Amino acid sequence: MSGFTRHRRSGLIIATFSGFEADLMRSLASQLVELLRNEAAVPHEHADPLEAMLSFDGPTTEPEDPVLARLFPTAYADEEAAAEFRRFTEGSLRDGKAAGAATIIDTLEEAGLPPELGEQKVVIDVELDEPTALTWLKTFTDLRLALATRLEIEQDDEAFWRALPDDDPRSQAHDIYEWIGALQETLVDALH
Amino acid sequence: MATTSPVEVEPDLTPDEITLTAKPWVTVVWNDPVNLMSYVTYVFRHYFGYDQKKAEKLMLEVHHDGKSAVSNGSREEMERDVQAMHEYGLWATMEKQ
Repeated sequence: MSGFTRHRRSGLIIATFSGFEADLMRSLASQLVELLRNEAAVPHEHADPLEAMLSFDGPTTEPEDPVLARLFPTAYADEEAAAEFRRFTEGSLRDGKAAGAATIIDTLEEAGLPPELGEQKVVIDVELDEPTALTWLKTFTDLRLALATRLEIEQDDEAFWRALPDDDPRSQAHDIYEWIGALQETLVDALH
Repeated sequence: MATTSPVEVEPDLTPDEITLTAKPWVTVVWNDPVNLMSYVTYVFRHYFGYDQKKAEKLMLEVHHDGKSAVSNGSREEMERDVQAMHEYGLWATMEKQ
């Protein structure tokens, strides 16, 4: 894996992926979009239907899914202030993260990733301008947070993952987590 | 009829304490086992506009002490910063100094 570099003449951030890698990234990004849209922000109970229609209220309690709870942390120790903060921020944070993941999918498909990756060999060259590269960078973080939460990754647990047999499904997921991390490292470097 | 009387500055306050009362809230970033050190440093530089040295110092505080107060200001300002940190996937909270 060579990852991202900055193209000297155009200033664009470029990378080349195999069809398999691009397809895997697309699949992770779509799962994230699904998760963000799925566990709908808990709707508010309104007695008055007109009030309900005019309300743009977001949720006030922490999401049940641990991945979402990590993506949208509780901002205040004080319960009431935390609920208020969540009500006004979680909706737009969700939309922003879903849009970021969708950007990755769009970029890969515009670069030639077919809807279904068959036997054909494809090479996907992506060229990102600075704002798009920043979107990818943030989305890589969201993907890693999601994988890490599902895998229950902890500080300094590398030995545990190394000792895991290859046929353990967690081992494969951990490899993907590490791969996205390595990619992200090259992207931070390229953006500097 | 109401007249405004000049506000008396408490003579005992040191300049530091005056700053403290004007910027009573802080944004705290907490350590997590996922985010890369290079990424956290990048976020502090890019979002707050800190130089490399300050961004790295704050990142190392997060890494070694488990948390670091990365900015301070009014409640509204800190809500903006916390929301931005959540956009970047950092685990941030806010509290009163």
